[in-house]
Amino acid sequence: MNTKRLNWPLWLGFLLPLGAFLSYFFIFIWFPFTRDFPWANLLLFVIAVVLLFMGLRRGFASDRPHPIRSKIVSSIVSLLSLVVIALFVFTIFIGGRWLPASKGAPQVGQRAPEFSLPDSSGKTVSLNELLTTPINGNAPKGVLLVFYRGYW
Amino acid sequence: MRGIEKSLSKFNEVGIRPVAISVDKPEESRDLQQKAGYTFPFLSDRNADVIRRYDLVHAKAGISGEDIARPAEFLIDKSGTVKWVNLTENYWIRARPEQVLEVAKTLER
Repeated sequence: MNTKRLNWPLWLGFLLPLGAFLSYFFIFIWFPFTRDFPWANLLLFVIAVVLLFMGLRRGFASDRPHPIRSKIVSSIVSLLSLVVIALFVFTIFIGGRWLPASKGAPQVGQRAPEFSLPDSSGKTVSLNELLTTPINGNAPKGVLLVFYRGYW
Repeated sequence: MRGIEKSLSKFNEVGIRPVAISVDKPEESRDLQQKAGYTFPFLSDRNADVIRRYDLVHAKAGISGEDIARPAEFLIDKSGTVKWVNLTENYWIRARPEQVLEVAKTLER
């Protein structure tokens, strides 16, 4: 009676949060729809919690071949999964907000501070050059500056 | 960044040049451009001087505790005036190319 002994909802409920955690950073982050709010991952977590609950019920059932071991294992596995879920929620909803306020950043209507910086080939370019060098033969309307953390 | 590359022809059509800026070395930016297929310019602000001038320094947030840029986007018209700003409050939420393109259409050539 292998099917009865293997607590599959518990183990599925353990693997699912790990997959849901990693999939945000490797898959869902590439699509604005699933990145801006991680609903896909939260949905997977909800399913995982249901599975863990089923797994816990099985683990604590009186017909387990090793009742004590089964209770301990299902409790620890459930707890670990909840830690993974909590870590994800923390990373996205709390950690993600740890950004400086940038109150002194240029505002709409103000002049953008001029600068000169090397591009990826080492050639120095200025904001003025970026604003005047033609795009496909036409004078540009403007420049979109995208500041980002860096590549790592 | 990937969204910008995907919409690059639309940006070019409306006459907008996207430019990425970070503290990465030019070689690191070249690596990223090659690996990810980014064809718009990447600028290297090694000492975060420009990032500081734009008040975008995220102090000691780099992998070895260096000052880096917080994510931010600015649309600047040909006279050098800021026309649109996005200072996200959550790192995981970013401006979408469509938002920028919408504003870009209102700029004069």
